[in-house]
Amino acid sequence: MSPIFYLLAALTIGGGLAAVLLKYLVHAALATTVAFAGLALLYLELDAQFAGFAQILVYIGAVAILIVFAILLTRGSDLPKDGVFSRTWALGLVIAAAVFAVLGWAVLQSVRAVPQQTAVPAVTVRDIGNALVGRYVLPLEIVALLLTAATIGAVIVAMHEKERPR
Amino acid sequence: MTSVGVSTPLAGYLLVAAMLFAIGLAGALVRRNAIMVLIGIELMLNAANLNLIAFWRFGPHPELLTGMMFAIFAIAVAAAEAAVGLGLVIAIHRHTNTTELDKINRMKG
Amino acid sequence: MANTRLFVNLDQIFILIRDWLVGFLPTAFRPAAGVVLGAIAIVCVFPGLFAVVVILERKGVGRIQNRYGPNRVGPFGLLQPIADAVKALIKEDIVPSRADPVVHFLAPIVLLVTVFMAFAVLPVGRNMVLVDMDAGLLFFIAMGAATELSVFMAGWSSRNKYSMLGAMRGIAQMISYEVVLVLSTVSVVMISGSLSLTRIIAAQNSYSGIFPHWYIFTPWGAAGFLAFSIAGMAETNRSPFDVPEGESEIVAGYHTEYSGFKFAIFFIAEYLSMISISGLCATLFLGGWSAPLSFLTFIPSWIWFFSKVILSLFVFIWVRGTLPRLRQDQLMNFAWKFLLPYTLLNLLVTALWRFMGEGWLRWVVSTAILAAAYVLMGRLGLYRKHIGPRSYRYAE
Repeated sequence: MSPIFYLLAALTIGGGLAAVLLKYLVHAALATTVAFAGLALLYLELDAQFAGFAQILVYIGAVAILIVFAILLTRGSDLPKDGVFSRTWALGLVIAAAVFAVLGWAVLQSVRAVPQQTAVPAVTVRDIGNALVGRYVLPLEIVALLLTAATIGAVIVAMHEKERPR
Repeated sequence: MTSVGVSTPLAGYLLVAAMLFAIGLAGALVRRNAIMVLIGIELMLNAANLNLIAFWRFGPHPELLTGMMFAIFAIAVAAAEAAVGLGLVIAIHRHTNTTELDKINRMKG
Repeated sequence: MANTRLFVNLDQIFILIRDWLVGFLPTAFRPAAGVVLGAIAIVCVFPGLFAVVVILERKGVGRIQNRYGPNRVGPFGLLQPIADAVKALIKEDIVPSRADPVVHFLAPIVLLVTVFMAFAVLPVGRNMVLVDMDAGLLFFIAMGAATELSVFMAGWSSRNKYSMLGAMRGIAQMISYEVVLVLSTVSVVMISGSLSLTRIIAAQNSYSGIFPHWYIFTPWGAAGFLAFSIAGMAETNRSPFDVPEGESEIVAGYHTEYSGFKFAIFFIAEYLSMISISGLCATLFLGGWSAPLSFLTFIPSWIWFFSKVILSLFVFIWVRGTLPRLRQDQLMNFAWKFLLPYTLLNLLVTALWRFMGEGWLRWVVSTAILAAAYVLMGRLGLYRKHIGPRSYRYAE
């Protein structure tokens, strides 16, 4: 395993751990951004440049900002009195550990069946463009519709209600 | 960019994804604040994306771009879902003046 | 005529210097060393350009406002950036006691790093790009998107109402104009067929007679250039879009609580992002490093690139000195209700241009549609505002 991979994996998992363990919400949101950045670098390591740049553009440039805006608008700077972890935190931890155990066992069991190293796929942005309007045009249109619906829905849900005249 | 020296097997990426998924799940289950749950969900979606890209890279037909397309659409859908989810959290905060999940336990406003 | 050996060498002189320096190392290290040398060159040249822009701005804005700019340090005040640098370095670095120390420290660093990364894909001359990425334009835009987070970090960590307000306004403005920025580049990508900046320049590097095929000389290119410039000005928080940092409005917005070197980093990052947006504008619409007339190609390509960048910067400075500041709601209305529909219409016109085939008809149709839309949407915007003809009152 190359040292770059170890570094990126440590960055990503460290960011994820910090995100769920930190006390202040804004720090947790910034740690999530670090995890997103680590993942973008992992995509670049896997020769998926378009996915890596899209990850930076969408997740760091939009989703992270959405999260911090939501924290600001809901006064996330105040800490709850009973602490940030719920009362049943042990059960949550056990469930997560069980899920990791199952996934890890599945990965390590099946590692013999997968070919270990294939050649670098020569994927250009042109191929991605052709695929998007060729083979994947239906998912593209559906995702466009979904994004429109989500935009309108989010605006309506978060809008101030007009005062009804009494 | 391929790594200098020994290249990383597929299992490495899958384990990282599994670990990130478990961390996201733990975050969604353990924290009180609604926004932290959403952060946990985003981490889980990202872990799944990493899985998709890793399988695309090491799979039999990377030139078909199936894995990368799936991952790109998943990124778009996750962004939409984050927007709607956070809009909901803001609306609930406006209504009940709190974002703690333990306190939002009544259907009556 | 144009490409005798002397001029080719002059054009490629930096590549030749780099290859000579890298030749001292064993073959295995040469690519990495080449990239490191290129990165060092970027880190030296663009802050140097920043010093030039600082003095140009202060003298230029001063002259527009009918006063001299700084004129004490050096002849005509030209050594002022050195005085500014010394001042910034020796000022006390005050961190408010209630501020969040880690985030407060990291915000300027994150900003500077993402702004510098954007320079890696700009082709400064023929063969002179640090990394020739297949999706170079997407990388540039992704780096621009990542700067927004540092604006938030700076504003929030200061625990100051003005900072927070400035940060939220800044982010709202940057997100709105980012959509316009990206859409105005999509028409260029459509016509040139690639996201790679070197290929976009190669598509513009031909001449018909003596006139170049730059995209700004086409109707959709001119409209795209206008939209891109306005959105670029708003992305970098330059006047007239500088509500987030306007001095008379909000103290200093999100960098209120920064002093000394950290403030200098914010200052450098703002001007560097202005330089990189000018560079991208020159690459996408003005043909990058290609010469404006076909008999001028003997002048080295990097001289053309930097001239275009300095010209764009001069226009930025001119606009700053001339136009009044837009209010936050006016800014947002302008982005979402005028620029975005106009840019989408521009996409349509670009597609029309592409599929109409050569000839005078496509020029007439494209120009007619774009001009009509501009006039109509402008009138529509003013429709319900009951703004009468302008009247002036002068002091007696």
